[in-house]
Amino acid sequence: MKADITPAVGKLRVFRRLMSRRSAVAAMLVLALVVIPCAAAPLFARYDPSAQPDIIALRSQPPSFAHPFGTDPFSRDVLSRVLYGGRVSLAVALIATLVSITFGTAYGAVAGFAGGAVESEMMRLLDALLSIPRLLLLIAVFAAWRQLPLPAFVLIVGFTGWYGLSRVVRGQVLALKGQDFVASARALGAGRARILMNHILPNVLTPVIVAAALGVGHVILLEAGLSYLGVGVQQPQPSWGNIIQDGSDQIARLWWISFFPGVAIVVTVMAFNILGDELREALEPRQTGAG
Amino acid sequence: MSEPSWMMETSDRIQAVERMQEAERGGPLLSIRNLSKSFPIRRGLLGRTAGEVRAVNDVSFDIARGETLSLVGESGCGKTTTGRSILRLIEPTAGRIDFDGRDVRRLGATGLREIRREMQIIFQDPVSSLNPRMTIGAAIREGITIHRLAEGSAADAKVQQLLEEVGLRGEYATRYPHEFSGGQRQRIGIARALAVEPRFIVCDEPVSALDVSVQAQVINLLRDLQRERQLTYLFIAHDLSVVKHMSDRVAVMYLGKIVELAPAEDLYREPMMPYTQALLSAVPVANPRIEKTRILLEGDVPSPASPPSGCVFHPRCHHPAKDAACAHIVPPLEEKAPGHFAACIKQLPTGVSWETQQEAGGVNPPVRYLPVVKQLARVDKSAPPIGRHS
Amino acid sequence: MTEPLLSVENLRTWFHTGDAVAKAVDGVSFSIGSGETLGIVGESGCGKSVTALSILRLVQQPGRIESGSRIMFEGKDLVTLDDAAMRDIRGNRISMIFQEPMSALNPVFTVGDQVAEVARIHGHGSRRDAWNRAVEMLSLTGIPAPEERAKEYPHQLSGGMRQRVLIAMALIMNPALVIADEPTTALDVTIQAQILELLVDLQKRFGTSILMITHDLGVIAETASRVVVMYCGEVVEEAEVDTLFAAAHHPYTEGLMHAMPQLSEPRARLNVIPGSVPAPTDWPSGCRFRDRCPYSWERCEREHPPLYEISPTHTSRCHLAVEPEHRANPHPPLVEQLGVSV
Repeated sequence: MKADITPAVGKLRVFRRLMSRRSAVAAMLVLALVVIPCAAAPLFARYDPSAQPDIIALRSQPPSFAHPFGTDPFSRDVLSRVLYGGRVSLAVALIATLVSITFGTAYGAVAGFAGGAVESEMMRLLDALLSIPRLLLLIAVFAAWRQLPLPAFVLIVGFTGWYGLSRVVRGQVLALKGQDFVASARALGAGRARILMNHILPNVLTPVIVAAALGVGHVILLEAGLSYLGVGVQQPQPSWGNIIQDGSDQIARLWWISFFPGVAIVVTVMAFNILGDELREALEPRQTGAG
Repeated sequence: MSEPSWMMETSDRIQAVERMQEAERGGPLLSIRNLSKSFPIRRGLLGRTAGEVRAVNDVSFDIARGETLSLVGESGCGKTTTGRSILRLIEPTAGRIDFDGRDVRRLGATGLREIRREMQIIFQDPVSSLNPRMTIGAAIREGITIHRLAEGSAADAKVQQLLEEVGLRGEYATRYPHEFSGGQRQRIGIARALAVEPRFIVCDEPVSALDVSVQAQVINLLRDLQRERQLTYLFIAHDLSVVKHMSDRVAVMYLGKIVELAPAEDLYREPMMPYTQALLSAVPVANPRIEKTRILLEGDVPSPASPPSGCVFHPRCHHPAKDAACAHIVPPLEEKAPGHFAACIKQLPTGVSWETQQEAGGVNPPVRYLPVVKQLARVDKSAPPIGRHS
Repeated sequence: MTEPLLSVENLRTWFHTGDAVAKAVDGVSFSIGSGETLGIVGESGCGKSVTALSILRLVQQPGRIESGSRIMFEGKDLVTLDDAAMRDIRGNRISMIFQEPMSALNPVFTVGDQVAEVARIHGHGSRRDAWNRAVEMLSLTGIPAPEERAKEYPHQLSGGMRQRVLIAMALIMNPALVIADEPTTALDVTIQAQILELLVDLQKRFGTSILMITHDLGVIAETASRVVVMYCGEVVEEAEVDTLFAAAHHPYTEGLMHAMPQLSEPRARLNVIPGSVPAPTDWPSGCRFRDRCPYSWERCEREHPPLYEISPTHTSRCHLAVEPEHRANPHPPLVEQLGVSV
C-alpha cells in the first residue's frame, strides 16, 4: 500500500487544501479581522491615538458607545490606540520575522550545502549565538540605547531570531543533498548555484513557511514583553505591549486599558500558531490511509 | 499452441555477439584500473578518524562499446560506490578511470561537465530520484538547458519526444512526480538521463524497487533503448535473474572486490568462485518441481571496516580445499577459462603455485570444484516453461 | 479435509478517505489447515498486506473491516472478538513477522528483553523464566552465542540476525499460525536463503501453520504448499503450488510468471503485463484484469467472474474456465489498443 505522500506543488492546490480545513479558515478570518483594521488604522480609528481631547472630563472612562474600549487616564481612546498600536506591533513582527527567516534560511542553506570545514565553523558560531539568552540580550541592548529608532528595534529583533530556523534548514539541506535527484542533477552537469536554487531551496520551503507563521506570533509576544518592560516600542508611539503597560499600574480599576490589547495579542498569536500548524498540514499532508 | 504476439520472444543473442565483436575493434569505451574508495570512520566527540572502510578495493574492468557489464553483489559489496565513482558523484581515493581515452579523474569542472553529457546514471529509488517540486517536463529539460542542446519550443519538442520514447504521453510534461507510479517514475528518470544523449549509462539498481510486471517493462525498455541508441551500460543489481536477462558480461563483487568476472552465459553455467556458487544457489527458483542443492553460507558478510585477511571470502567459504593458505594469500583475479576470471587459489587452474600455498600454510592442493554446475544445467533442461499451457 | 485452522470468509477491508472508498481487500476467502504453509502472492496494492493486518485486526484508521466479513480461527470469529480477547490471540495464538526487521524492533531495549516481553505479556512465568525462554528461542533460530546476543540492542545486529530475533519473538508462544509478511524482501539473497530454510525447519519442528505473503514467486515455490494469487483486492486464483506453476489458469498469474526473469531461462526479451494496477478507489467493473488481459472478450466487461472450480483443489476467477476457446485467440490487451501507455 503506497502512502499518499503527495507534496504540495502548485500554490492553488495548497490554498484549496487550506480552505478545506475549518480551523485554517477560522484562523485566517480572525487574522483578517485583526490585521485589516490595524493596517488601515487611520480609516477605522475614530480618534488620534495620542490626542487628549479632554483630560478632565474624558479621562479613565469605562467602555461605552463613544469609546468601545474606554479611555485611559490621559483621556486617549483605547480602541484607537489598540488599532494604531496593532499596526506597530504587527509591522514589527512581520518585518522582523521576514528578516530572520531570510537570514536563517540563507545561513542554514549555505552551511548545509557547503559542508566540510565551512559548515562546522558556521555551526559552531551558531552554537555560540544560541547560548546567548535572547531576552536578556535584547533588554541589555535596549536599556543601553534609549530612544531607539523603530527600524533599529526591528532589525535587532530580526537578527536575533533566526538561529533555530537555520538549524532546521541545515538539517533539511543535508538530507536533500543525499537524495538521488540532487545526484542526478550533478550527473547532468548542473552547477552548485543551479542545484541550490532549483533543487534544494524549493524543497525547504515548507519548514520555512511554517516557521514564518509561528515566528510572527512569537515576535508579537516578544515585542509585547519588551514594551511592557519599557524597553521596546517607545512612548508616545503606541504598541500592544506598551498599552498594556499603560494600564498595568491600575489594572484592577482601569482594567479595560490592558484587557483589550491583551485580548488582541492572545487572539492574534493563537491565530498565527494555528495557521502555522495548518500550513504544515496543507503543505505536507501526512499519509491518508492505504490505497 | 501458438505464442500470443505480445508474448513473442525475440532472442537477441546474435545481436549481442555482433555488438561484442564490433566493440573489440574500437577498444573499450570505459576502462577502470585499480579503483579504490575509502570512507573514514569518525569516532568520538572531535570526530577523529578512527580507521577507514574500504568500500571499493582495487577494482579493474573494461566495458566495451555497446556492451552491458553487470556488477552484482549483496548490500555493502561496493557496487553502487563503484558506479557512482565512475561519474565522480563520489570522488574515488585511488585508481584510474578512462572514458573513451579521457582520464576522468583529472578533469576540471568544465571537462567534467562536458563528459557528463556522455555518461549518465539511472537510480534505484523512483521516489527520491525526482525533485518533488519540479514538473517532469522541467526535470527532463534540465540537462537540455545545462548543455544548451535546444531552446524554447525546440526544447519542448525534445521533451515530448523523450517522453514518448520511454513510453509516456507527451502531455504528462506538466505533471509532478507524485502523480506517477513507480514504474512511470523510473521511465521519467530514464528520459531525464537520455535528454543529454549519453553514450554510457550507469543503471544503479533501476528495477529493484519495482513490482515484477513493471520490472519486466523497464528491463525491456532499457534493452530497446540500448539497441536503438547504441548505448553502453554498467548495470548494477543484486537480483541475479534480472542480471542474467540484461548482461553480456557479469562481475561479482564481495566486500569491495571483484571476485569473478565472466561472460554471462559462462558465469551462470559454470560459476568458479565459491561465493558466486553460493549466490547462484541461493536464488529461489520459481519452480517447485526442481530439487536444488543449496549452498547455505554461514553467518553474515564481515564488516568492510575490518575485512578478513587473505581471501576476503575465506571465513564463509565451502570449497573443500579451503585451508590456512586462503587466510594468507590475497587471491589474484585470474583467467580460469577463456574470458572467465575468478579470484580463488583453490580453484584450478591457478597461477598461485602449490609450493607458494604450502609456504603460506596450505595443506589441501587446489582442485576443480563446481557444485552447482550440474544443478543449473538440470534446471535448464528439466524446467518446463512455467505457466504455459501446452 | 478436516476443519481448517483459519478460515477467512468474504473479507472486505475498505479505507474510507474523504469521499472515496479504497477497497483494498474486497471479498477475499481462503483457509489454512493445521501445519500448512499457504502462500499469498501479488504485487503492491493487491491487498495482500492488508489481508494479513486484517486477520490480526491491526488495520489502522481510516481502514475498516466491513460487516459480513468473517475470520474464523479456533472456533472464534476474529472480526467480532472484543479487544481483550484479540490481544490474547496476538503474539500468542497468531503472530506476525514483518518485512523490515529494524523498524519492527524497539531500538532502546535489548533483543532478549523484547523476545522475553512477548512471553511476559501472555503471562507465563517469572521474569527469569521469560528471559531463559527467550534465550532458548534465540538459540533455536540459529543465533550464535544467544546468551550474549540477547543482551545486545537491535542496531548491533545485522539484518539477518534481526530477522531471526523477530522469528524468535513470533514463535516463543508456540502459536498455531505465523503470518510472515514479506519476511525476506529486505534481505540479501544468501541471507534470504538462510531465513527461508530456518522458517521451513522451524515449521516442521513445531507444526506451525504459516501464511507466507510475498511478491516473489520464487519464495512461494520454495516454501508454500498451496498458493493464493491476489489482484485488485480479490483472490484471482488458488491452487496447489505444483499445479499453479505448471498450469496456471488465470491470465494474470500466467502473465506474472512470464514477466519474471528466470535463472534457468536464456537471455531473452521478457514478456510484460502491459498497463498498471488500477486505483483501489476505482476497480474496473466486470473482470478487474480485463484491460490488461490478452484474452478478454465482451463477457469480461459485462460480468464479474466468480471463482470457477478448475479442479477440486484449483479455482480461478476467469471466464476462460467456462469458455476456454477464447484462449486460442490472444489479442493485444485493451490498454495497448487504446494507446494508453504504462
